[in-house]
Amino acid sequence: MIAKLTLTALTALGLSVGGAIASGGDGDYGHVEDHVFSFEGPFGKYDQMQLQRGLKVYVEVCSACHGLQYVPLRSLADPGGPGYTEDEVRSFATEYFEIFDAELDDYRAATPADHFPAVAGEGMGPDLSLMAKARAGFHGPYGLGLNQLFKGMGGAEYIYSFLLGFTGEEKEEFGAYLYENKTYSTGWVQMMPQLEDDLIEYDDGTFASEEQMAEDVAAFLMWTAEPKMMARKQTGMVAVALMLLMSVLLYLANKKLWFPVKHGGKESNL
Amino acid sequence: MSGIPHDHYEPKGRLANWLHERLPVVSLAYDVLIIPTPRNLNWWWIWGIVLAFTMVLQIVTGIILAMHYTPHVDLAFASIEHIMRDVNGGHMLRYMHANGASLFFIAVYIHLFRGLFYGSYKAPREITWIIGMLIYLVMMATGFLGYVLPWGQMSFWGATVITGLFGAIPFIGESIQTWLLGGPAVDNAALNRFFSLHYLLPFVLVALVAVHIWAFHTTGNNNPTGVEVRRGSKKEAEADTLPFWPYFVIKDLFALALVLVAFFAVVGFMPNYLGHPDNYLEANPLVTPAHIVPEWYYLPFYAILRAFTADVWAVQAVSFLTGGIVGAKFFGVLAMFGSILVMALVPWLDTSKTRSGTYRPMFKFWFWLLAIDFLVLMWVGARDTNFPHDWISLIGSTYWFAYFFVILPVLGWIENAKTPPATIEDDFNHHYPEADGSAE
Repeated sequence: MIAKLTLTALTALGLSVGGAIASGGDGDYGHVEDHVFSFEGPFGKYDQMQLQRGLKVYVEVCSACHGLQYVPLRSLADPGGPGYTEDEVRSFATEYFEIFDAELDDYRAATPADHFPAVAGEGMGPDLSLMAKARAGFHGPYGLGLNQLFKGMGGAEYIYSFLLGFTGEEKEEFGAYLYENKTYSTGWVQMMPQLEDDLIEYDDGTFASEEQMAEDVAAFLMWTAEPKMMARKQTGMVAVALMLLMSVLLYLANKKLWFPVKHGGKESNL
Repeated sequence: MSGIPHDHYEPKGRLANWLHERLPVVSLAYDVLIIPTPRNLNWWWIWGIVLAFTMVLQIVTGIILAMHYTPHVDLAFASIEHIMRDVNGGHMLRYMHANGASLFFIAVYIHLFRGLFYGSYKAPREITWIIGMLIYLVMMATGFLGYVLPWGQMSFWGATVITGLFGAIPFIGESIQTWLLGGPAVDNAALNRFFSLHYLLPFVLVALVAVHIWAFHTTGNNNPTGVEVRRGSKKEAEADTLPFWPYFVIKDLFALALVLVAFFAVVGFMPNYLGHPDNYLEANPLVTPAHIVPEWYYLPFYAILRAFTADVWAVQAVSFLTGGIVGAKFFGVLAMFGSILVMALVPWLDTSKTRSGTYRPMFKFWFWLLAIDFLVLMWVGARDTNFPHDWISLIGSTYWFAYFFVILPVLGWIENAKTPPATIEDDFNHHYPEADGSAE
C-alpha cells in the first residue's frame, strides 16, 4: 500500500512536468468529446434502430469513398446487430451493391454471402470495418491509461467528434485540398465535411440532424468493428458470476479445511 | 528424490501393483500432489498455480485459433477478422488468448518479485531460479512472436524494431537479422517462421516448467521466513509442513477463482484495453505509426533499451574504449539483455546470509524502490523520449543495475538482519496462537 502511494506521488510529480510540455505541442487538435452511447458499460446494448439509421448514413454518404471489406452482408441479420430479416438483407444486397466476381469475370449483384465492397483508388478513404477499434478517443492522463479505463477506448466517440469537428477552414497544400478538423491529430485532413442537416431521410422518421447522423453512423461503425459485443458481454457476465460463485465456495472450503490446523485440531463449525 | 521425509505411495490391489512394477506413474503423481509444503506460505505464493493455469489456457485457446488462422501477409489480418466474426466463439477465444498473455505476464512479474523479496533464489534454489529466468525469456519470445501474427501495424513495426535490435550487433548483426527474418525485411518469410516458432515455444515452456517444478520439489518450497523445513525426522517435517493436496490446492484454487473474476471482466467488458488501437489497421510497410510501442509487459526493458542514448557519458566512454564498435544502439541492446541477465545472477550477487527480506530492515527499502522503479520504467517506456522522460528512464535504468550490482552485495556486509524464527512451526504458531492446541 505504501509502495503504491509512493508510486502515485512519484509519478504525479515526475509527470506534471512532462505533461505540461507534452500538452504544449499539438495545439488544440486531437480533441475528442465524451458522448454517451447505448452500448457502453458492461450492460450496454446496441440500439437496433440506431444501427439501422447508421447503416443508412453509411450507404448514402460514407460508402462513396469508404469500404467495409471485413463485414459480411449476411451479418446484418445476425442477433445483436441491426436485426434485419434474411429476406430484407437479400433484397438490400441486390439493390445497393455490385460485386466483381472473378469466376464470371464481370460485375454482378451482391448476395448476403458477399462482404460489403472494398473501396480503393485515387481519392478514396480508408476501410471503415474496424475504424471504431483502430482509433482511441481517450488517452492518459500522462500515459497512465485511467481515462480509457473509466470512459472506454472511445473509438465511437472519435468518429462522432471527427464528423462534427470540421471548422470550415480549408487550405491547399501540394495540390491537395485539406480541411481543418479539431479531432484529427494533425488538424488538417483530406476528407471534406460531409454532414449537413436533413442530408438524408431516415425510415423511422427521426430528423437527420448533423449530430444525429454522426451519432448513428458512429454506433453503426462500432457494430461493424465489434459485431459480437453483446454476445461477448453476456459471456463475460456469466463467466464473472460463475467465478464469483466458485470463489465463495472455495473460500468456505478453504476456511473449513484450514480451521483444525489453525486451531489445534478443533473442527470448524462451518 | 532426496527431499523432505514424507509418506510414499503404496500400491493396493493386483492391478495397481502390476502397473507400479512396470511404470510408477501413480507414485509420481502421488509424490507431486502430497509434497510437504511449508504451512506458513502466504498469499504471495498463489501465483504459481495462476501461471500453470494460464499456460494451459494459452495452449488450448492457441491451438484452436491456429486451426482458423492463415500465416500469409495477404491473408493473416483477414483471417483474424474471420475468427472474430465467423468462427463459433472465435471472438472469445481470441480475446482470451490476447488478454491471457497479459495475465501470464502480470502473474510472472508478481511471482518473480515475490522470489526477489523472500530470497527464493538463494542456495539451494539457484537452479529453480535460473530455470525460472529461462521460462521468462521463452515467455517474452513467445509473446513477441504471437503479437506479430495478427499482422496489424504494431505487429509489423514492432517486429521491425525488435529484429532490428539484432542488427545492432557489430559486424555480424545484419547477417543475423536477415537470417532471423528470412529476408531483408519483415515479410511473408518472417511471418511464417514466427507462426511456426510461436507454436513450438509453448511446448519448450511446458518442459521448462516441468524442470522448474522438479527442481523446487527437490529443494522444497521457500517460505516467508526463509527458514528451511526440518528434515531430521518425519515428525519434525510434519510439524513444519502440510501436504500440497488438499491444503494448498484448495487455497490456490480460491485465489485463482478471484483472479479469473478480474480476467473475465477484462475479456468480457474491455478486451481491447491493454491492446494498441493501431493493431486494428492492417500492416503497411509504407506507413510508419506515429509511436511504435511494444506490449505493456515489455515496457520496463524497452525503457532500458532507449535510456542509453549517445549523449550519456557512459555510452560515450564505452564507445571510445571499444573504438566505436559498441555504439549507442548496441549499448542499449546490451543494457536491455543485461537487465534480464542480471536477474539470473542474483543468487551470487546477494551476499546476505539471511534469506527472507522480512528480517532485513535496510533491504526492504531498496527492494520496494526496485519494485517502484520497475513500474516507473514500465510507464516511461510508453512515453516519448523528450525531457524529462529521458532522465527518468536513465535514472530508472541506472537504479535497476545498481540494485543488483552494488546494493545487494553491499547490504550483505553492512546490514544487521533480525533473527528469523527457529522453525516454520514457531512462525505458524506465532500467527495462530491456538494452532498448537495450548488454548485448550
